[in-house]
Amino acid sequence: MTTLPQTLREWPRADIERVATVFVLGWAVAFMLWQGTGFTVTLMTVFAIWAILAVSLNLVVGFTGLLSVGHIGFFGIGAYTMAILASDASYDQLRTEAIPTPGWPFFAALPIAVALAGLVALGVGIVFNRFRDDIFVLVSFGFAIIAFSFFLNLREITRGAFGIHEIPRPAFGSWVLDGEVEFLVFALICLALVVLVCWLIVTSSFGRVLTAIREDEEAIAVFGYRVTHFKLAVWVLSAMMAGLAGALFASWTSFIDPNSFILLESMLLIAIVILGGLATIWGSLLGAMAFVLLEEGMRFLPFLPAEFVGQARQVVLGVLLVLLMLFRPQGLVGRYKL
Amino acid sequence: MTRMANRTNPAGNVIHTIDLSKHFDAVRAVDELTVAIPKTGITSIVGPNGSGKSTFVNLLSGTLPIDGGIVIIDGVGLRVVKAHESPQHGVTRTFQEVRLFDQISAWDNIMVVLTERRLLPSLFERLRPAHREKAERILMEVGMWERREAMAGELSYGQRKLLEIGRAMAMDAQTYLFDEPFAGLFPQMLERVKEIVIRMRDEGHTLIFISHNMDIVRELPDHLIVLDSGKLLTQGEVHEVLSRDEVIEAYLGE
Repeated sequence: MTTLPQTLREWPRADIERVATVFVLGWAVAFMLWQGTGFTVTLMTVFAIWAILAVSLNLVVGFTGLLSVGHIGFFGIGAYTMAILASDASYDQLRTEAIPTPGWPFFAALPIAVALAGLVALGVGIVFNRFRDDIFVLVSFGFAIIAFSFFLNLREITRGAFGIHEIPRPAFGSWVLDGEVEFLVFALICLALVVLVCWLIVTSSFGRVLTAIREDEEAIAVFGYRVTHFKLAVWVLSAMMAGLAGALFASWTSFIDPNSFILLESMLLIAIVILGGLATIWGSLLGAMAFVLLEEGMRFLPFLPAEFVGQARQVVLGVLLVLLMLFRPQGLVGRYKL
Repeated sequence: MTRMANRTNPAGNVIHTIDLSKHFDAVRAVDELTVAIPKTGITSIVGPNGSGKSTFVNLLSGTLPIDGGIVIIDGVGLRVVKAHESPQHGVTRTFQEVRLFDQISAWDNIMVVLTERRLLPSLFERLRPAHREKAERILMEVGMWERREAMAGELSYGQRKLLEIGRAMAMDAQTYLFDEPFAGLFPQMLERVKEIVIRMRDEGHTLIFISHNMDIVRELPDHLIVLDSGKLLTQGEVHEVLSRDEVIEAYLGE
């Protein structure tokens, strides 16, 4: 007799994918219809940013098998680069920390934000390349903590806990994407580009080598592949996409402080990637959507006081993660088990 | 890679080692081993457990770093063999404990060694008909075509052995190092591996395999290398080696 856990573990991918897709999308549509346009726009923008993070992290975790909990650091680097370069707040007139704000337009700061995240990833990656498995988790954990303390303590640049205000929205000439709908469209275009790039990566010969590295990096080396180069390349590409998400996030909220880049966010991100499924782009999109629905949805639970919503979502995600590891380690539609 | 002066190789040896050594702490797994492996025919490496057979193969393929001595592969002397450069020396291998990429399909296990190895071009390479044709041909040859969609980790032991041999074949190498290709196979699978090995020899490849199966060692190889405690006991033509007293005593005596 097959037990329930066994059934869950062996439930065919295609079936689960269909059920999960219908369920998450149905839930999203119902929620949006119930809550109306304004809510839908916010929900979708949050989704777009988390989805970029989840899809890009899956390149590293799901396809290459490097369980990184440091992704939030690159997200923060992108956000802070955008904030510092593009903010037009004149802090010298305030009594709080003053930082130079060149006041660049969004599209001038964006490539710098993406490139800087990539550059830092390159440096970090050269050091991290020798590690794998559990040691890699630990060192990436270290990176997330170091990045956070930079954001908090490098006050001459980041204003520390005061945060940075007045980060502008993207503008095409005189057309500023001030409206929430306009920004959403822009964010979705960015997401679509990231998904396209990730799809091209994982379906290329490069992508197949990543999965072989994940399975046995010593064996694939014997067949003529320089494993360290491939791992470094995907790490940098993934960090650049996180940098893009950070820049979008900073511009969208117009204010950032270090609290958005704490280690816990990285953990939530890992939970999303695993929930959706490892080594699948579609799974990460589903995971991000389910996460955003959970997060926003819990606000409407009548028995849950507003001040506990934040903690409650962590509890729910934590429990979900444990259940998944127990009964379906490859996630909903995953192609790889940790 | 450390290159020494190119040597000509009058004896027609594809691999020649001089004082090759590897030690794990105090254990001399391979101890100043000087052997020559002819380019033509099949060479079998035999010896008791722990005699350094697998370590020797790991040194030749760069899976383990060399501690001392020189390997001369196709006339090029090397003090360091890097794993990712072994295909450039015309060498490929299988592993004693089959090492496939378990969570990808049998098809992708073959495909991954057929495609672009340089980083940047590999990002832009999509599968071409030539890739598919070759993967199909190899999967057919090792009898795994029907199972191509299966994850490598789901295959039976014999199928995994065959797929791993197929993956090595896909490399189009000159020299194949097979670490116990016959171990643990049912007679039918064993015959199939034998056929593959013979066919590859007839095509002009150099085959080097480790085996404990004395029936196969009497039947298949042309040359024999006998190791004992990391040292060379003797080497030479099979029947001649097998008739030597020291081999009979040390290894086949029981």
